[in-house]
Amino acid sequence: MASKAGHAAVSMDRRGGINDDIGEEKRLELYRLQVVIREAEQRAFDLFLQNLVKGTSHLSLGQEAVAAGFAAAMQPKDLSFCTYRGHAHTLARGVPVEAVLGELMQRDNGLMRGKGGSMHLTSEPHGVMGSYAIIGAHLPIACGAAWRAQYKGDKDVSVCFFGDGTTNIGAFHEALNFAAVWKLPVVFVCENNLYMEYTPIGDVTAVQHPAADRAASYGLERIVIDGNDADAVYRAAQTAFAKARAGHGPSLIECMTYRHSGHSRADPAKYRPEGELEKWKERDPIKIYRERLKQFGIGDDQVAKIDADVRRIVDEATEACKAAPPPSTDILFTDVYADGGWAWRN
Amino acid sequence: MAELTYRDAVARGIAQEMARDPDVVFLGEDVAKAGGVFKATVGLYDQFGPLRVRDTPISEQAILGAAMGAAMTGLKPIAEIMFSDFFAVCFDYIANEFPKSRYMSNGQTKCPLVVRTGNGAGSRFGAQHSQSVENWCMMIPGLKVVAPSTPTDVIGLMAAAVRDPDPVIFFEHKSLYPMKGEVPDGEIVDALGTARTVRTGTDATILALALMVPRALEAAERLKVEHGVDCEVVDVRSLVPLDTQTILGSVGRTHRLFTVEENPRLCGWGAEIVSIVADEAFYDLDGPPVRITTPHIPLPAADILEDMVLPTVERIVERVQRSLGA
Repeated sequence: MASKAGHAAVSMDRRGGINDDIGEEKRLELYRLQVVIREAEQRAFDLFLQNLVKGTSHLSLGQEAVAAGFAAAMQPKDLSFCTYRGHAHTLARGVPVEAVLGELMQRDNGLMRGKGGSMHLTSEPHGVMGSYAIIGAHLPIACGAAWRAQYKGDKDVSVCFFGDGTTNIGAFHEALNFAAVWKLPVVFVCENNLYMEYTPIGDVTAVQHPAADRAASYGLERIVIDGNDADAVYRAAQTAFAKARAGHGPSLIECMTYRHSGHSRADPAKYRPEGELEKWKERDPIKIYRERLKQFGIGDDQVAKIDADVRRIVDEATEACKAAPPPSTDILFTDVYADGGWAWRN
Repeated sequence: MAELTYRDAVARGIAQEMARDPDVVFLGEDVAKAGGVFKATVGLYDQFGPLRVRDTPISEQAILGAAMGAAMTGLKPIAEIMFSDFFAVCFDYIANEFPKSRYMSNGQTKCPLVVRTGNGAGSRFGAQHSQSVENWCMMIPGLKVVAPSTPTDVIGLMAAAVRDPDPVIFFEHKSLYPMKGEVPDGEIVDALGTARTVRTGTDATILALALMVPRALEAAERLKVEHGVDCEVVDVRSLVPLDTQTILGSVGRTHRLFTVEENPRLCGWGAEIVSIVADEAFYDLDGPPVRITTPHIPLPAADILEDMVLPTVERIVERVQRSLGA
């Protein structure tokens, strides 16, 4: 059932034509963001095989279009709330590759100097308000940030990314209802990659589309898009953001996609039926987008330049991380409390 | 000075802070139009309006998550969890989210919020609406935890909690809501992390919290009058930060330590304090520290049973007297 859902979605929303609503500059940005994520995530995987990425890591290989499409539609002040599968969304907001890889490699140049790790990437200056590793926890938190915007009259939107598995935890339903009742400027983005960790989402969910088929319960529109087509994601994001900024409340968008690797680094993903991965790789978001660029008359040389440029950035970041020292131990006891320290007694 | 109930002090404390700072907002179940199920927030909705005082669905995770998101991005929310027992359905925020985000982000994020909650027994509500769970929160690095015992402390510690840049869990004792006390006029601002010696004495130190404070005071009076034992009573008030100096100072003078705890015995707050005293003031002690606690059982509903398990004045008197051989 799950893979059928995926194929139903890929036939959706294929606009085309020269001089459409997206334009060359934005398309190059969308492409570049996807390539940055692809190259950085692939590098993270390679570094893991070399035992240089420690702990766990959850890659977004194959899901790049979701992160790129939303980030490209966001304003600088918009806020991202991510899950433990958050490298892609962090990179998409412009956080340097070196800071992300440094955190994965637990070096002093890491985004949080090794205090958070792969699952908790956070960069306030980039609007990345945290990556949350307890399933569903960040949906209510995104509601709160949106409440602040509503209360203060700020125009930013809070964007909350999560997987299909999240749709079966209580916090998802509490947050959707809360956001709808309070008409909050928050956009909930379900990346349906067909698997809840190791189990097909269809095996454990009462409806075919785990997010979209629940939307009606909260008075929201049912939205399912092709999450491997960055243009489709970008357009859906724009529509939802405009609605939120206009004070018309939240949206819930289900993006059909597929992760090329396992759930985490420990998972070889042997539970997938034969041929499924290959089928989805034919619909690789970057492959789709290279064709799209060609369709819109963007030259191979521009594409090749972006590819080379990104590879150089990732190579340089890798070398910088390899050369970086481990975190200095003087940060061990800092920032437990707002005074900078950890004192719990006098 | 005016006489005020502990219940009315809650609303006055919140109102004082909301009037001072437009970033202070308040949310919870039945807190706005209904004025709270304990009537502790009556008048706030009328005074501050529907944008700042908001009723929520029965969604404890949404309440605490929303408070956190608002706090991270510039507001100073006060969230009510009606009964502290309900912490168990939203404990992720208390245990994993509020207290860790600053540390995990290497100091990038903030979480200045207050969670206020009705704690404790005496209402005959049974085991899921009567617990004292302050020790659940005391054990989590990154939180601050207070539990006032008087109307004035409710206002002053509420102000301190709202103005504090860290997440503060604010335990109101349900059985203290009708208690009256003299409250000074004007703004009241107290300090977190400060215990208060509410009775001086020379023979023993009794540490108590919330509802156990008036019981400890009454027990001290009876010990003095009936047994000639002069006890010092310290209202611990703040579990985190913990005012160990006041506690160690008192033990240093009286040489005996008793804790009166409503929480069940295992890992109650008194255990931590006894361990600190044993570690740092062992040779000040003239006898073993004694913990007077609720036994390690779920709370029964029936009045006759509930009254048997909470530390009573009689039990405190008996235990101190027996221990001192008076």
